[in-house]
Amino acid sequence: MFFGKGHSACYGCPLPIAVRNVLEALDGRCFVVNPTGCLEVTSSQYGRSAWGVPYIHSTFENAPSVASGISYALEVLGRENEGYVVVFAGDGATADIGVGYLSSMLHRNDNVLYICLDNEAYQNTGNQQSSQTFLGASTTTTPAGRVIPGKTLRRKDMIAFALAHGTPYVATSSIAFPRDLRRKAKRAVEFVGSKYIHVHCPCPTGWHFDPSKTVEVARLAYETALFPIVEFEYGRLVRVKKIKRRKPVEEYLKVQGRFRHLFKHPEGGRIISELQRIANENAMRFGLD
Amino acid sequence: MRISLGAVSRPLESLNDKTGTWAVMVPRIDRERCIGCGECYMFCPDCCIEMVQEDRKRYAVVDYDYCKGCGICSEVCPANAIEMVEKVIE
Ligand SMILES: Cc1ncc(C[n+]2csc(CCOP(=O)(O)OP(=O)(O)O)c2C)c(N)n1
Ligand code: SF4
Ligand code: SF4
Ligand SMILES: [Mg+2]
Repeated sequence: MFFGKGHSACYGCPLPIAVRNVLEALDGRCFVVNPTGCLEVTSSQYGRSAWGVPYIHSTFENAPSVASGISYALEVLGRENEGYVVVFAGDGATADIGVGYLSSMLHRNDNVLYICLDNEAYQNTGNQQSSQTFLGASTTTTPAGRVIPGKTLRRKDMIAFALAHGTPYVATSSIAFPRDLRRKAKRAVEFVGSKYIHVHCPCPTGWHFDPSKTVEVARLAYETALFPIVEFEYGRLVRVKKIKRRKPVEEYLKVQGRFRHLFKHPEGGRIISELQRIANENAMRFGLD
Repeated sequence: MRISLGAVSRPLESLNDKTGTWAVMVPRIDRERCIGCGECYMFCPDCCIEMVQEDRKRYAVVDYDYCKGCGICSEVCPANAIEMVEKVIE
């Protein structure tokens, strides 16, 4: 057992789904680095660790640097064949507070598999917006109401960010497709240097949907092209997960409480069409249809 | 519990926490209908489904000591073999 029962993540939490599928794909041959966030607080409390593989909790911001250090230490000790250095980090840790450290790690092309578990906000501290939160989403720092219609900024493009560093392997995946995630984890570790996988992880608690629907919500994000599933090797797009019949973005929005206001707010219509435009842009850019 | 330098935990101590006490609803798997595909195994966030091989039949079994009753297994089962029922506490 690489990741144990008895962890304290919420009912229907997406994070353990991603973690255990990656660990199983890599046969548990992993040195895991995990910055502060939901995954860490629910799996690494003192005396209650859910980890069956070597694990270190870094601070919120510095997981990439800790991972780089482990990777160099293994090399110096001649132990690099014992396992892969794998980071599991939240979107806040990855795209916001730790983005400089991640940039340095990717720039040095350190031998680390970095996995961002994107639940689109700072969920551990109560659903504050991050740069990964979608336009229009209501969070505790972008509360929908008379003043603002939810988040007013668009999402930071972490795929472009990782590619801009010349990262040898860059991919997205989703907890809706564990087989895709397993294959990508295995493929990633065939590359020497930095590997970046961005995994979509719908959070029932922060996004306000029933915990039994975690997988369905993740699937809708893919089916509407709001979360494209793509794979780049040495900067070249090598594979995309095609969408058979692309759905309108409303199908994804209407099943989540964080977007409920869009259907009655005066600004809602404008935001929905902007989200549809983003989805269309994704479909065009990656050839998803 | 042993206190060590740098707060080192032992592996899998989480097994002491029987999260099954959280459950209100629990999955009931119809063994006849189960096709042994392992979808529920892959999706269970609480790692509490095990695939069991018996003669020529493979089927899913739930560990109720840890199942929180989220209902994901029931949603993803392609054979409609998992029904959520109220948990009975003796
Ligand atoms: C330097 C620092 N600032 C703030 C915090 C408080 N904090 C802990 S976890 C967290 C949010 C984590 O968000 P994310 O990385 O997206 O992970 P999630 O919990 O959503 O999985 C915050 C703000 C902290 N631990 N350290
Ligand atoms: S808040 Fe969301 S991501 Fe965090 S433990 Fe709960 S379900 Fe998982
Ligand atoms: S109800 Fe949830 S926790 Fe229980 S076995 Fe099904 S997926 Fe796992
Ligand atoms: Mg987050």
